[in-house]
Amino acid sequence: MPFKIEARREMSRRLLFASPLLALVLTVLTGFVLFAAMGHDPVAALYHFGIAPLLSLYGLSELMVKAAPLILIGVGLAVGFRANVWNIGAEGQLTLGAVAAGGVGLMFWGEEGFWVLPLMCGAAVAAGMAYAAIPAFLKTRFEVNEILTSLMLTYVGTLFLSALVYGPLKDPAGFNFPQSRMFTDSALLPIVLEGTRLHAGTVVVILVAAAAWVLMSFTIVGFQIRVLGQAPAAARYAGFHRKRLIWLCLLLSGGLAGLAGAFEVAGPIGQLIPVITPGYGFTAIIVAFLGRLHPLGIVLSGLLIALSYIGGENAQVEVGLPQAVTGVFQGLLLFFLLGSDFLVRYRVRMRARPIMRPT
Amino acid sequence: MNPESAVLVMLTVMSAATPLLFAALGELVTEKAGVLNLGVEGMMLAGAVSGFAVTVTSGSATLGILCAALGGAAMALAFGVLTLTLAANQVATGLALTIFGVGLSALAGSGFVGMPVMPLPKLAVPGLSDIPVFGPLVFGHDALVYLALLATGGIGWFLAHTRAGLILRAVGESHESAHAIGYSVIRVRYLAVLFGGTMSGLGGAFMSLSYTPMWAEEMTAGRGWIALALVVFASWRPGRVLLGAYLFGGVTILQLHAQGVGGLGIPSQVLSMLPYLATIAVLTIIAAGPWRGRLDAPACLGQAFRPPK
Amino acid sequence: MAAGDVEFGEGQTSATTGLSGTGSVTGRADSHAADNPPRLEVCGLSKAFPGILASDRVDLRVAPGEIHALLGENGAGKSTLVRMIYGVLQPDAGEILWDGRAVRIGDPRAARSLGIALVFQHFALFEAMTVLENIALGMDQPGERAALAERVRVLSAGYGLALDPRRDVHGLSVGERQRIEVVRCLLQNPRLLIMDEPTSVLTPQEIERLFETLRQVAREGCSILYISHKLDEIKTLCDRATILRGGRVVAECDPAAESARSLAQLMIGAELKTVKRRTGGELGGLRLTVDGLDLDTEDLHGMDLRGVSFSVRAGEIFGIAGVAGNGQRELEFALSGERWAGRDDAVLVDGQPAGHLDAGGRRRLGLGCVPEGRRGHGAVPTMDLIENAILSGHGPMGLLSSIFIKGGAARRFAEDVLTAFDVRAAGPKASAGSLSGGNLQKFIVGREILQSPGVLIVSQPTWGVDAGAAAAIHQALADLAAAGAAVIVISQDLDELLEITDRLAVIDRGILSRPIATAQASIEEIGLLMGGIHGPAGVSTGPGDSGHAV
Repeated sequence: MPFKIEARREMSRRLLFASPLLALVLTVLTGFVLFAAMGHDPVAALYHFGIAPLLSLYGLSELMVKAAPLILIGVGLAVGFRANVWNIGAEGQLTLGAVAAGGVGLMFWGEEGFWVLPLMCGAAVAAGMAYAAIPAFLKTRFEVNEILTSLMLTYVGTLFLSALVYGPLKDPAGFNFPQSRMFTDSALLPIVLEGTRLHAGTVVVILVAAAAWVLMSFTIVGFQIRVLGQAPAAARYAGFHRKRLIWLCLLLSGGLAGLAGAFEVAGPIGQLIPVITPGYGFTAIIVAFLGRLHPLGIVLSGLLIALSYIGGENAQVEVGLPQAVTGVFQGLLLFFLLGSDFLVRYRVRMRARPIMRPT
Repeated sequence: MNPESAVLVMLTVMSAATPLLFAALGELVTEKAGVLNLGVEGMMLAGAVSGFAVTVTSGSATLGILCAALGGAAMALAFGVLTLTLAANQVATGLALTIFGVGLSALAGSGFVGMPVMPLPKLAVPGLSDIPVFGPLVFGHDALVYLALLATGGIGWFLAHTRAGLILRAVGESHESAHAIGYSVIRVRYLAVLFGGTMSGLGGAFMSLSYTPMWAEEMTAGRGWIALALVVFASWRPGRVLLGAYLFGGVTILQLHAQGVGGLGIPSQVLSMLPYLATIAVLTIIAAGPWRGRLDAPACLGQAFRPPK
Repeated sequence: MAAGDVEFGEGQTSATTGLSGTGSVTGRADSHAADNPPRLEVCGLSKAFPGILASDRVDLRVAPGEIHALLGENGAGKSTLVRMIYGVLQPDAGEILWDGRAVRIGDPRAARSLGIALVFQHFALFEAMTVLENIALGMDQPGERAALAERVRVLSAGYGLALDPRRDVHGLSVGERQRIEVVRCLLQNPRLLIMDEPTSVLTPQEIERLFETLRQVAREGCSILYISHKLDEIKTLCDRATILRGGRVVAECDPAAESARSLAQLMIGAELKTVKRRTGGELGGLRLTVDGLDLDTEDLHGMDLRGVSFSVRAGEIFGIAGVAGNGQRELEFALSGERWAGRDDAVLVDGQPAGHLDAGGRRRLGLGCVPEGRRGHGAVPTMDLIENAILSGHGPMGLLSSIFIKGGAARRFAEDVLTAFDVRAAGPKASAGSLSGGNLQKFIVGREILQSPGVLIVSQPTWGVDAGAAAAIHQALADLAAAGAAVIVISQDLDELLEITDRLAVIDRGILSRPIATAQASIEEIGLLMGGIHGPAGVSTGPGDSGHAV
């Protein structure tokens, strides 16, 4: 073999940050080939997919609107992933949060009052946490794998929402469509930028990301979470409590996913409908990894992935690309990222006779 | 319930169990070699869409099934390159495989939504298939149902009685020991991962060619994840995978029938939750029960290995 | 303080000082030339790893039927050489000759087909499988199951290596596990049997039995390459010895003609240091009391602790000897607080009940611990040394203000550890994983000692650590005791315990023997205790130490 692969003694920090960029380049190149193979002009398709949405204020505001739930959920998931707690049921927790927020909003339908919105958000966080508490309980009490339980609960949550909007929460004046009444103003997030859908929730998202950064980088709690993920035996040696940390990770990620659900129904949607998310809960997994599980990185990766949603819609309208291209791009990006990370941990060098003295 | 409808229920239970059986058996072999591939759902979807598309375009179900197996294996190959050659995290890569599989199958299948396809032909043995009860139960299925049952026995025999099976288990038990003795851990794992992908692909093909002969986005509806749970439920034994798959097939059919008879006043969505809730219940019982034995899980499950050179 | 000084052994070494130093005897051009080619000849074999030349132009010759020792410190390059001969690693340069012909050994299978067999130091076994399956996996043509089982029975009886092919490995003792490896090798009629540190986990009595088997194998014409750093064994067993240091051959000699001390100096390359200890001094009050400690193992292959009782005073170093897997791990956890002891008062630190405190709680009482595992247990390899200093030091060293980490204080603490314990690292931002085994252990020991613990639990303090670091660690433990701490050393290395402890006890199948004063202990007595023979009459307290229960 002309090449030799060896483990690095230190992870390359430079490549740790370069690797997402490399993955992005590879994804774009693959997209180029893919578009060409599908019979589209790849340059035009990529333009409509990745650049055109950024050229208008409205496009930029939409980017923020789509990025908000992704960042919010991604930040929460990343905290858990750092501890090797794999909550992949954020989609379900988001749904439950949306149901709780929507339930409160509908309960006080027509009421004026500044307290309605905070109450909705509080209910959503509580619902997301409660839903994530199920895998947390099963994991800490019986060692049941949280990946499978949180995922199964996602299907249950989606069916639950569907049962509600087809049943008790259906708009009595809605021509039998499966959707609730539209929320009244007190249950809707204020718009930050006139003429767009940019709502106050996005500001909260930025604050949450900053708080998560402080938590993970400067406090003993974040330190404990990182130790638990990287060396569980060392965490026990240090006297850190594994079960408490698992609870913390799941409640935190569940609560934030629930809050994202509230922002969706009280923001861009404004009512309860059977499908309130285009898979934000799952896509946030990609966002978390692409952002290197770092809250500030996740802000950037959330924006990038949001672009793939808007770009997908735009490209569908402009050049007739199927909507599913978005999912393919997101999957490819994560694939390439996981592959590029090999270079962070290993070094590929040409084979040569070593001329070295023992130290 | 009269005998005819009881037979009919049994037939549908077997039908509902078969995709789970395929996927879970494949994952069992993969996990026995020490690799945790969480991308079963993605591989099943790849199999479902390639099986359907090829069958519709070529008119040959055999060719379709073959391509479904290849589609699943191709997805597994991507997983293998990342986790085995590039030593990426198996959990993250498995999740990526599922996300990618959902997107890719939706893209590839966008032109096939709503198209009809002839369901796989049922075996018809003159005389035998007409025996009441026994006839349709034993001789009334399509080829994939039999293939899944054969695979159960075959895999059980392979793992317990062949040298290759012994080596596969050894690699999952201790990759360091296996490497030190001189086995190629990576090669064995590649083969196991590819086999898992092939089986998931076949499970997907059964979904789109027999169980509900059509293509729809995310039509596997979490069956890949249930298959993963089945492997745990079965404590990595093929015979128990069969039992588990038929149990889950039963739950699925039960709730469908309950919906059919008006659902006893329960909303259909709540009944549809049953298989997912049953999965959680079963996982909890397995984990909490007095019979839990940690020896069952391959000791190196989920751990990356790179041979020192 | 006088007790803290390192005293160089003087006077005792005058006869052999000529052998020490760097460029010394590189003798293979001696009487060894013969008409018959050697069974194995290795010429100029080199192998480099990132940052280290593990094998540097090594030459080695093993004659037919010879028991040849490969002697060297941890890190001298023995295992690298062996793995190249067995085809696990490929050399960067050099040549291997087999019966006088150059061969390329691409993988272990190729080695086996030549007739080379290897008994691994850390056994290459599969816990959840039977003895027979394990043996079949190590053979290229195991044949039919029943026939193989019969061959195993016949062969193991012939060499006195009792073994039941039907049993699962996870229930077997270490000695029995080694027998599996030996039988697996002998079944293939090897012409060269390599034994990599075979005795590090055996009792003295098991070692004696192994030697008888090896002599029998050699008489039958098989060459044996015997890797060890234990000088007495090599003097007893081996015909020739090749000595490695720093990846290079420094001497070849007849071990019987050398003294243990001269061999040691060749191996270490410097004069031996002896730890200077206070002797006969006054001990202080009780610092650690363990009383009737019971603990069920949580490990599938672990050992339950039953009625463990002992106490350690201020200024004392207390040793716990025993063969691996007899409850050392459980005891370490029960003392450090990683697991709760059964009763709150089963563990008393300075008179305070600590049995129901976690590791953090016990650290607040002044109990520190250096665990057996370094990478991933005592330190997080992927984190830098500042973070690793925070790991156990955040409480005692006051590195927190409410929940926030004081970055500056943490960095200063890490730097203090690096300076005080001479840890070779690229600085406090270097990752723990980038340190060598010895330097990482010095860092962990230093981190614990700088927290001034009243009680320190140390498990396998010098395992896999080079001689210089081992001496520094021993001295640091002695100084800590001299300053009034109680030090508990759990070790499989009897020589180490005999050198540094005041009293020691033996743990066997989860039961701790009565403590004996180290000065009065004999190797034989300790050996019997390790093999499960308690009491002067040689009464076995367990179900027999032959371990062959069917």
